[in-house]
Amino acid sequence: MSEKRPLSFYLLAFFFAVFVLFLYGPTITIAILSFQGPSGGLTFPMNGTSLHWFHNLFEQQAVGDIWGSFRRSLALGLIVMVITVVVSLMGGMAFRRRFHGSSLVFYLIITSLIIPSILISLGVGILFNVIDQDVHWATSGLGSQLTWTLPFGLLIMFAVFNRFDSRFEEAARDLGASNWQVIRHVVLPLIAPSLIGVGLFGFTLSYDEFARTLLTAGSYNTLPLEVYGMTTSVTTPVLYALGTLTTVFSFLIIGLFLGIFLWLRRRTHRATARELTTTK
Amino acid sequence: MISERLRLSGISWLQLSPILLILGFFLVLPIVAIITVSFWSSTEYSYFPDFQFENYQYLFSSSVTRSVYLKTLMFTVITWASTLLIGFTVAYFLAFHVRSLYTQIGLFLLCTIPFWTSNIIRMISWIPFLGRNGIANSALIDMGVIDQPLEWLLFSDFAVILAFVHLFTLFMIVPIFNTMMRIDHSLVEAARDAGANGLQILTNIIIPLSKPGIMIGSIFVVTLVMGDFITVRFMSGGQSASVGRLISNEIGLLQYPAASASAVVLLATVLLMIAIMLRFVDIRKEL
Repeated sequence: MSEKRPLSFYLLAFFFAVFVLFLYGPTITIAILSFQGPSGGLTFPMNGTSLHWFHNLFEQQAVGDIWGSFRRSLALGLIVMVITVVVSLMGGMAFRRRFHGSSLVFYLIITSLIIPSILISLGVGILFNVIDQDVHWATSGLGSQLTWTLPFGLLIMFAVFNRFDSRFEEAARDLGASNWQVIRHVVLPLIAPSLIGVGLFGFTLSYDEFARTLLTAGSYNTLPLEVYGMTTSVTTPVLYALGTLTTVFSFLIIGLFLGIFLWLRRRTHRATARELTTTK
Repeated sequence: MISERLRLSGISWLQLSPILLILGFFLVLPIVAIITVSFWSSTEYSYFPDFQFENYQYLFSSSVTRSVYLKTLMFTVITWASTLLIGFTVAYFLAFHVRSLYTQIGLFLLCTIPFWTSNIIRMISWIPFLGRNGIANSALIDMGVIDQPLEWLLFSDFAVILAFVHLFTLFMIVPIFNTMMRIDHSLVEAARDAGANGLQILTNIIIPLSKPGIMIGSIFVVTLVMGDFITVRFMSGGQSASVGRLISNEIGLLQYPAASASAVVLLATVLLMIAIMLRFVDIRKEL
């Protein structure tokens, strides 16, 4: 393993570094520019540094209904997360058996993933119009977002159950566990880290979603829609301050989920190790 | 035996009932609604049931449609080629040149984290870079490459494609990396022992075996770009058109039947492209 690395390694490593810079560079740039002085503009140079634009975010008249839309996005994200986790888990379990019509359902899920988002926006809009219901973020918005988050959740569950060792379940059944006990005490603890992953997808994809919600959220905007609206009317670094805060919030959420994921996985491993030593 | 299988099938369908209800109401019914309304008629303010083909006739006879589709195809092809090249290189580096599994996972996460942050914010982040007085122009002027700021950096087709590549390369990296991690490294060793050079290993082993990942990534990127309406609007400053924007403009004008007809044609185009891509590789077999 200590052999000398070929030249291609260094070229590829350089390419990778440039790619990461390309990914994060713009985000870092607006993070710096959001500390622009009160008279500063949308580009460099910095006109002094200040928290002016962050203060601005808390003034109702400077920007739109940011905090209201943030609360709605948070609530919607949590609802989408819970539904995505529960429904994906059930769907994943259903696909563990071979059953008639499974490929039809599989293609339906794939369709939901790859359909151009504007069709969901337009279609749900028309549908609600036809059944004479007003579009609202918590009804039509929620459903539209689920067409985006559920396929991701299900694909993760497919991958998880493909690698799942069913001998654990057989052992539990041999020891007299009921179906529910097998799920509650064997399956769920083993796949808990993956469910956290599904939860992360459910929450973040909903929290950042706008293509499918654009025409289905009704008169109360979610945060991405509010930001989208601001891009046409706001021409000060307050936009960057908002972007920086949202990104920091996203990073915190990702960190939280990754933390829980690692903690659960360590706990499962430790529990398994303990079982093994006691049975020996 | 048969009744037992039926019972188990029944349980599966029961477990699937929530997702079928949700997708039935928010995916299948909306598509049905779009197809139905595409045959309806409209006035300036409302639309009403009818059965006529005028929406389609207008769509197919308009020269705007042709140019917009050509433009969208251009965006798609350039974005697809760029994301494939970058995504493949990054995945190849991670899978075959990084040796420790922990470093692999860490660097992979580094690439995926932006996926969980806001797309609209990531588009906005390009303003200070590409603007008239942005970093790119200042740097180029300082280096003496140009005298005048380039006007085509922001709010142009170039900016649209740049944003697409920025947002969607991840959709190539993840599936390609996934298939590459399943390639047996002893195949590479064997080829090297047999005297193959790096390029031959790449073209004869790694690329053919990565095909399923490449195809899945391509399907993602092509459908995302074909259906996009926000990136094009924002990054071109409203100057460039795409099929998605055409539809969203028609929706803005409350021309639902016309928008529906465009949407049906878009859906058919996307499905046709996916069908063509699936001809090159049997994903169900490869999975």
